[in-house]
Formats: sequence, C-alpha cells, structure tokens
Amino acid sequence: MSAETQTLFSPGLAARFDRMVTLYPQRRSALVPMLLYAQDEMGALNDAVIAEVASRVGISELEVRNVISYYSMLHTKPRGKYHVQVCTNISCMLRGGNELFARCKEKLKIENRETTPDGLFSLEEVECIGACSWAPAVQVNYDFHENLTPESLDALLDQYRTQNGLADRGGR
Amino acid sequence: MAYLVSHPDEVKVVSSRFGKGAASIETYLALDGYSSARKAIELGSDGIIAEMKASNLRGRGGAGFPTGLKWSFVPKQSAKPKYVLLNGDESEPGTCKDRLIFEHDPHSAIEGVIIAGLAIGARMGFIYLRGEYRYLLTIMERAIDEAYAHGFLGKNIFGSGIDFDIRSHTGAGAYEVGEESALMESLEGKRGIPRIRPPFPAVVGLYGGPTVINNAETLATVPHVFRIGAAEYAKIGTERNGGTRLFCLSGNVERPGVYELPMGYNLKKMIYEVGGGIAGGRALKAVVPGGASTPVLLPEEIDIGMDFDQVGKAGSMLGSGGVVVLDDRVCIVEFALRTMRFYQHESCGWCIPCREGTDWLKKTLTRFHAGGGVAKDIDNMRYLAENIMGRTLCPLGDAAAMPTIGFLKKFRKEFEDHLDGKPCAYAEQGDAALAPA
Repeated sequence: MSAETQTLFSPGLAARFDRMVTLYPQRRSALVPMLLYAQDEMGALNDAVIAEVASRVGISELEVRNVISYYSMLHTKPRGKYHVQVCTNISCMLRGGNELFARCKEKLKIENRETTPDGLFSLEEVECIGACSWAPAVQVNYDFHENLTPESLDALLDQYRTQNGLADRGGR
Repeated sequence: MAYLVSHPDEVKVVSSRFGKGAASIETYLALDGYSSARKAIELGSDGIIAEMKASNLRGRGGAGFPTGLKWSFVPKQSAKPKYVLLNGDESEPGTCKDRLIFEHDPHSAIEGVIIAGLAIGARMGFIYLRGEYRYLLTIMERAIDEAYAHGFLGKNIFGSGIDFDIRSHTGAGAYEVGEESALMESLEGKRGIPRIRPPFPAVVGLYGGPTVINNAETLATVPHVFRIGAAEYAKIGTERNGGTRLFCLSGNVERPGVYELPMGYNLKKMIYEVGGGIAGGRALKAVVPGGASTPVLLPEEIDIGMDFDQVGKAGSMLGSGGVVVLDDRVCIVEFALRTMRFYQHESCGWCIPCREGTDWLKKTLTRFHAGGGVAKDIDNMRYLAENIMGRTLCPLGDAAAMPTIGFLKKFRKEFEDHLDGKPCAYAEQGDAALAPA
C-alpha cells in the first residue's frame, strides 16, 4: 500500500503496522491490535486514523467503526493524558473499590467518563481488570496500582499530577 | 504489585517457576524448560494425546472439559490449516491467575502451545491476551522472540523437521471474547459475537480450520504434565480431576492471593487456613467459589473438595478458580446487582434472552436495592433468570442467570427485607460510600 509515504503514524508504528498485516493468515486479524496501538499513539481513533487503518487492513471504514464500537478500550474521542480506570467489580467492591471511585470523582472533580478541563485526567469505572487478589485496584493507562486505600490513591493521583510524565511507559 | 504468596499446603507445579526469573529463556532452560516439547516430539501426536488423557487434566477456563479428549476431537486429516489458540482473555470477575503465568513463566505457555500444536498437527498457534494486560504482552512478545532465536519456534523446531509459529495478539476490552467462538471472531478482526455450534472449533474453528482453544492455565500446565509424568500429575488431584489448580482467593479474607493447591482441596480449609480466615475476624456470609458466574455457597456448604465434580454436586461450579469470600457486612442484593451490572455491560447483545434479560434484571435489582422493590419482583427475577438459561448461543446468558438464581434462592429473606421502601439494613460498605454527602 502507499500509506508509507503519507502515514499519520510515527515511522516506528507505521513499520510495525506494515509487518503486522503480514503475520496472520488474513490481514484483517491485525485490526484490533492495530486500533489499540494507533489509539495509544494518536490519543483517539479519529476519522483520519480510521481511514488509514481501514486502508491498511483492506476493509471499509464502516467495518472498522463496527469493530471499534464493540471493544470497551477503543474510543473515538480523546481522553485525559492519564486515564484513571477504577475497578468496582465484586472483588474490588468487597475491599473498597466504590470508595476509591467516589474519591476519584471528588478529587478530580469529574464524573464517570469525563475529562478534567486541563486534559490531564479522565475517569472511568471499569469491569474486572484481573487484580482480584490484590484488590482494590486502579489502572492508570496501562499501569496497575493495587491494594489501594483512599489515602494512597490521593498520593498516586498527586504523583501523576506533579510528575506529569511519570508513566510514559504506556500509551493512553 | 501482583505480589506472590505462599502457604505450606501448596503444591507448586504451574507456579513452580514463579518468582525465579523464568521469563528469561536462559533461566527457563535451566529449570527444565522446553524439555517437555522435546519429549512431545518423540512421542508424536497419538502419544501426546494418550499422555494428556492419562493426566486427567481438565480445562481451567471454567467448563472443566478433559484436555486430552478435546485434542483428540481434531481430525487427523484436514484440507484447511489447523490452529492452536491460547485464551488469555482472563476476565471472569474474581480471576487473576493467568496474569501470574504471563508475568513469571511465559515460556510455559509457549511450550504448552507448541505441544498442543504437535498433538493436533497445527503449524501455527496464537496467544491472545486481554487488552488491559499490556505489560504482559511485552513480556510475552520478548519470550516468543527468544524462543524463535533458540530455534524452538519457526522452521524445523528443535531440529525435528516440523515448522511451528506463534503469534501474540492483544484484545481491546471485552469479557465476551473469553468465550471460545467469540475469541476466534475477535482474532479474525471482528466484533466478538459468538458462533452457532455445531460445528465445534475442533472441526471448524479459526479461519475455518480445525482449532484447539484452551485456557492459558491449561496450556501452561501441559509442559509440567510431561515434565513430571502424566501418572504423577494425575495422582496429585482427585479422581478424574488431575493435578493442581491456581486458586485466586479474594474478597474479605485475611490473606488474599493466588495459591496453587491440589484439585479437591477443602474449600473451608482454603479460606480459614490458607487464606487466614475472614478479614478482621468477622463472620463468613457466603462464598462465590469459581468466579462471578458460579452460584453462591452458604457457610454450611463449604466443607467440600474443590474439584469440578464435588463443587458441581454442591450445586455450584469450580469455574475459573476465583474464590470470592463475602463477610457478614455484605448486602447480597447489592452484590447481586453489581454482578448483574457486569453481565449487562458485557452482553454482546446478539441473543435476545441475554441482552434483554440482563438489562431487565439490572434495572429491577437497581430499583429493588434503592428501596423500590415490590414482592412480585423476587419471583419475577427468578423466572426471568431461569428463562435465560440455555437459550443463548454462548454461556454468557447462563453465567448471568446462574448466580442470580443462587442469590434469590439462598438469600430470599434478604431480598424480602428490602421491600416496602426499607433502607438497606445490610450494606456497611460498598455503595454506602457512594451515598450523597
């Protein structure tokens, strides 16, 4: 394809995508990971990203949108630089997950699925993230934070706020 | 940190390399790694399947289907390529064991996929991790690269003349994709909508080819079966329930954690001795023995062995190994509501009984817990749940219905106590914290 010359993505990611579509028996298999990686780099799956991914995989934009709407981690609107995901599912709920979620709303002054005006934080109540034995847990971007208390959660959010770049290990 | 725990009653098989740096192939090799794949090459397809049958290993994803038998269903001759698919979309609430496998022993999963591939005559395997497990995907990708560099993957693996490739793959957030046919759809780059069966994946699976799909723990166990011997492995567990299992203790226990215990280990002992009892010395109210979808057990019902058959006899399921412990402060109505909110959120919406049923149950439970319940709701919810059962393409409908029926049956009084606008007399935690200040 010709996207190499006019790609939206960084050279590293574009090269990765070029390879990914060849790794599977069918190109389309690369779609879900590509969308996630594209979102990590671009912040959201906007129209231009969808168009390029569709062309790379060889399906229509509509088909790509159908897939995006199915997966809870994929989104078309930008989120905060730090996307705070609080698990309130059963194991976390039993150990204070709801309290953590309430604390996040209070501290960040936003509701579920909202972003702070400075674009630094967004908040989402999420389903089980696989941290049950270390509950309650929060995931900020891709980083797990476990065995939290409201106090350690405060400290964690402050850390992200002040260092603002601490967790550049993952995407957003 | 997903820290490791330990207890003297543990029998460390799958977790034997945890905490030892085995994510690095050199360490893995020093700890007998990839010796089982070599053995499997010598044994050949029939020999591998015979060993797997003798091991009495049953699927760790929840259904407990005998692994050797599953592999034997794959036709020897196939016009289409065959595939192995490792299900690492660990999402059942209460379950966090596969995470430790991927973090501490990714090569055991790779080796398990290779052996499954040798058994069924596949040339390609996939390791599918849930999207939230990004740091584990990084570990897995590195492990796969190492295996290629050592000649354990790719062309002519272990000098056997056999070619075998493995691809790692990430999901992007969907519980439903942990269901085998939805998993295949997702890997094919589609929405995770389950397929109608038959045909079963062993005959028509990924890309239309015969496919073996196993849980991550199941496949990570496979090399250990060959390492210690099928007969020895079977001996660890109980009759028809070979080996050990990673139990994820969570909730109101003193020492939560993932413990590897023999199949058939007593549940009461697991909670009171291994887990150190109920946190803060409180009283036990209930146990969800195998992840959110399994029917609740009362304190007087937990003196049972934790294997597929014994938990089944007690009216629940061993499920995915997630043992969730509830103390006497938990409101069962609220717990049932949280469980249903999960299934309603995760229902893919394809089958009407599941899509509408979970939504209706969530709305009823929400109203009910808020004090707006009427007496007939209790029977209506049960009727609704019972009519989801068995009427959906995949088990998500059943997974939503089964725990609901259990809560309504065993805690009816607690539901009745919520009637007539009475404030919840049970919740001392949970959404009490969400009440407006």
